[in-house]
Amino acid sequence: MNRTLRWLSRNPIWGFILLIFVFFSLANPFFFDLQNFENILVQTSTIGLIALGMTLVMINGNIDLSVGGIVALSASLVVDIQGWEIFAGWGDWQLVPAVAAALLAGVALGALNGLIVWWTGVDAFIVTLGAMLGIRGIVFVYTKEQSFYATNFAFSDFGSSNIGPLPTLAVVFLVCALLVHWLLSQTVHGRNTYAVGGNRQAAVNAGIRIGPHMMVNFIILGFLAALAGMTLASQMGASTPTLGQDYELWVITAVVLGGTKLTGGAGNIVGTLGGVLAIGILRNGMNLMQVPAFYVLVILGVILIAVLFLDRQLNRKGQEGYRL
Amino acid sequence: MTDGPTLTLFHIGKSFPGVRAIDDVSLDIHPGEVHALLGENGAGKSTLMKILAGMYQPDEGEITLDGARVVMRTPLEAKALGVVLIHQELSLVKELSVAENIYLGDLPRRSLGRVDWKTLYARVGDILKRLKCGFTPETRVGDLSIANQQMVEIARVLTTTARVVIFDEPTASLTDAEKIVLFDIIRDLKAGGAAIIYISHRMDEIFTLSDRITVLRDGKHSGTLATAETNEDEVTRLMIGRSLDLTRRIEASTPGEAVLDVRGLSCGRLFQDVSFTVHAGEVVGFYGLIGAGRSEIAETLFGLRAPTAGTIRFRGEPVSIASPAHAISLGISLVPESRKEQGLVLELNCRDNITLATIDAMANGPFLSGSREAAVFEKYRERLRIKTPGWRQVVGNLSGGNQQKIVIGKWLATQPKLLILDEPTRGIDIGSKAEIHDLIRELARSGYAIIVISSEMPEVLKVSDRVIGMYHGRLMREFTAEEVTEDKLVQAISGIARSEFSACAAPLLQTRC
Amino acid sequence: MAEERLKSATRILTQRGILIAFILFMVGFSVVSDRFMTADNLQAVFRQAAIIGVMALGVTLVVICGNLDLSVGSLLSLSTVLVVDLHDKIGPISAIAVTLLVALAVGAVNGLLVGVARLNSLIVTLGMLSAIQGLTLIYTGGQNVDIQNQDTTWFAIFGRGAILGVPTQILIFVVLAVVMHVVLAHTPFGRRVYASGGNPTAAVFSGIRRGRVVLATYMTSAFCTGIAAIILGSRVMGSQNNVGQGYELLVLSAVILGGTSLLGGSGSIAKTVIGVLILGFIQNGLLLLGFAYYVQWLVTWVVIILAVWLDIAAKRGRMFSPFA
Repeated sequence: MNRTLRWLSRNPIWGFILLIFVFFSLANPFFFDLQNFENILVQTSTIGLIALGMTLVMINGNIDLSVGGIVALSASLVVDIQGWEIFAGWGDWQLVPAVAAALLAGVALGALNGLIVWWTGVDAFIVTLGAMLGIRGIVFVYTKEQSFYATNFAFSDFGSSNIGPLPTLAVVFLVCALLVHWLLSQTVHGRNTYAVGGNRQAAVNAGIRIGPHMMVNFIILGFLAALAGMTLASQMGASTPTLGQDYELWVITAVVLGGTKLTGGAGNIVGTLGGVLAIGILRNGMNLMQVPAFYVLVILGVILIAVLFLDRQLNRKGQEGYRL
Repeated sequence: MTDGPTLTLFHIGKSFPGVRAIDDVSLDIHPGEVHALLGENGAGKSTLMKILAGMYQPDEGEITLDGARVVMRTPLEAKALGVVLIHQELSLVKELSVAENIYLGDLPRRSLGRVDWKTLYARVGDILKRLKCGFTPETRVGDLSIANQQMVEIARVLTTTARVVIFDEPTASLTDAEKIVLFDIIRDLKAGGAAIIYISHRMDEIFTLSDRITVLRDGKHSGTLATAETNEDEVTRLMIGRSLDLTRRIEASTPGEAVLDVRGLSCGRLFQDVSFTVHAGEVVGFYGLIGAGRSEIAETLFGLRAPTAGTIRFRGEPVSIASPAHAISLGISLVPESRKEQGLVLELNCRDNITLATIDAMANGPFLSGSREAAVFEKYRERLRIKTPGWRQVVGNLSGGNQQKIVIGKWLATQPKLLILDEPTRGIDIGSKAEIHDLIRELARSGYAIIVISSEMPEVLKVSDRVIGMYHGRLMREFTAEEVTEDKLVQAISGIARSEFSACAAPLLQTRC
Repeated sequence: MAEERLKSATRILTQRGILIAFILFMVGFSVVSDRFMTADNLQAVFRQAAIIGVMALGVTLVVICGNLDLSVGSLLSLSTVLVVDLHDKIGPISAIAVTLLVALAVGAVNGLLVGVARLNSLIVTLGMLSAIQGLTLIYTGGQNVDIQNQDTTWFAIFGRGAILGVPTQILIFVVLAVVMHVVLAHTPFGRRVYASGGNPTAAVFSGIRRGRVVLATYMTSAFCTGIAAIILGSRVMGSQNNVGQGYELLVLSAVILGGTSLLGGSGSIAKTVIGVLILGFIQNGLLLLGFAYYVQWLVTWVVIILAVWLDIAAKRGRMFSPFA
């Protein structure tokens, strides 16, 4: 019992999830339903995939505001390239170059962000703020402001398919979550992620090459954002150049709700999962109760600040009476 | 093993833009030797150590290890060769475990880049046993006490068979009891044949520990002496080029009316039932270990902490000090412990820093008056002999001593009745130190009531009219300048006689460990 | 000697990089396009820049004080919607008064949370961004608003009118910029802002009531956004719910581009004005040259990163980061 409480005080978001889960289950007959839970998982998978990568980057003490652009670019690429004439005779194999190009774009842009942070030493916030504008520019140049529609039915079907009893997209998300969790908790790279964010100088002194290290995390995030873009395109069977706008803010909200510190050095995937689910359940539940979507925005904003406040109160040791 | 030196530096040189940091320095360290490295701030000690630890590359010269030339491009390469640097500040990652911190940057690996936890915990378990530490390798470092975190830092040395161990001011934030454990470890390493470089400002430590002393001055090799054949005077002369008496008391002053009268002041667990009086024209020294509650008393008097009990009377009136702004308006000033974190805004220039606490008085109507600010700056530049090219100079570029003078100037500008100085000479060179000591006495003579908080006994003894010894949040004893001696003071701050001190300290630390 | 000269040349180039880039831009565009350096065009640029410019003035204060304000975009939406909607209901004067009061109240909430409760400014204002966007939608019920008697109301003066031949919005921007410059550079309050941003702890130790200073900067920022909303509402005579979406990052880009550091403690109004104008001229110049509007985003990306990089490189005395 005591351990559960301590765990909850470190991951307050799961307490909140429990609360809204019980609330919506009692308040709405359609909420507590396996089909609905699957919906929630699918709805959260896009933001969720990006949030996994963002957790790594933020534990590093960095941030990435450009993920929305990567989502749009990867969606546009995957939808557009599968329709190219040279792949017309490839059947479903035409998806291979399309998917490869989309993922490659995500990886390349992640690498570019990481490389700039590494070489120039400019704060990641600024680097990716610029990239947010710039990548959106690339998307518009590439698409000429056009939306694309998927020509390959296998691609659109993928978004609504199931693996066994579970929706494929939910499975993709959960598998990625497990992988990133494993990376963060079991591998040398993952442990170094905490070191680089928690005490950069110590990491440098210990011989960790922090530039390449941070770049790897930006690449992972780029990859996951591209993946999220593709799943989104697959669900819609189309792509628009404005896709993913504001995603950076949603993702950061989810990650912070999950307890990752903006200053770096602390956070974990279990928390991020909680943050993503909290947003998902809230949106889904309020939607079922026919509350207009605007209220979710207000509630989310308030919760974000409340979590921050709570965190401050809970972790306020040794500050007795200090008025600083 | 040969009889030759473990580590040799031949004519090392290193420049940074605009600075010749290291100029033709040669040095050799033998196995089983503790070699002390001394020099004023900016003399090049840190740069030299960073070269040895693989963090910087020398521009000229070469380094040999056991007679063979080596190039260390990264700290990891240096560590692989057996050269380990123990940093001045804690360089731990709070969110990681003790084991992960000890092997930071060098975690044992399995396939797929996984951490080999079994090996890691086994190795660290052994090391912790050797150090007689009570915590486990899995403990999160953030959950440890500061003293135990220090032990983790030191435990890093024992991860490799270190050939050369460099200690950079290791005692800067250690209590006396912890120092004893550290010195034991150093002696252990020495007995095991390691070559040890020990950097410190503290003469007493250097003379207790070292076999030879090398002094750097302005990046140059100023001399190497056998510890047994030299004395503090000679070393000081090598450091600053002249001799300087740091312990002589200057003169007694005649105290006037009581400016501050504190009765039964407490602040939670930080300090309890503190009572004392400070008169105009006198210097009261507070001496005690770090964590004894000295800075916290100062912060309470300056309105940064709310007392939980007790009364403060300032110039006869009972006061409840609500904020630093309130304290300043009453006439209380605090030169804080940490110059860079609490004292200065490093991006602002000299003038703006000096007028910061009196900025409202610098305004003519709603607007700041440049000439008024300039006048204040000039006044204190002259009075405190601040060496700066001009008021536009950004304070981040000044030496530690001049920075400290700017902080003092800022507080003198508020025309306080009571001036509290917390560690007024920490980390500044000996020349500036003496100047600041003289200044404190001069200020007392001109009628200021002054409190000096210090961890350096010679400093307290030199400047104070009365000395108060603190231990664990309580005032232990008060001495007049005439009756105070080093022995009595140590007794007061540890609650035991000095001869028993060493014997008691070691077990005391182990129970805490 | 030659080496010395080269070094000082590099120093000037890096320290004044943004100014030089600005001049190069101007010269380059005037050479390529003969319409660029005309009074009409310059006026158009200033008019375009006025809204972002007015907002950026306030955000500059917040940033120098060491914080971020991401809520200005949403606040622009809310304020514009308010002033437009209330114009017909309670008359222009009351509408303006209510709008500015609401903006100030939002600023006060930001300021109290960041300054007094000492919460992380990025997250607080991110939460406010979401909450204010929601409030705007709740207020309008998702409908767009507009002003009925567009041709007769004197309210048109702010966005469409001119005083002594100078468009009012430019006048407002210039006057506000001058006032803010004087406040920041020549009053005790300005000095407190710099000190609180440069070293918050030292500021408190110097008797500065940091919480109040932070509060004042946020209220100023919100007030500026309120003014920008009046200009925008008057120019468009109507408003969508999300008219300010994305402005927070555009405004921040302008501030950063000018050379104000996100770390706080340095920067100036003059720098921000230059940053705003550069953004304005990039946009205008590229449009004149016949590029699509989104090409400016790509250029802005490169310019932001180069500007900040040069700035940092000058401070650390080397081009590449020590970790490279």
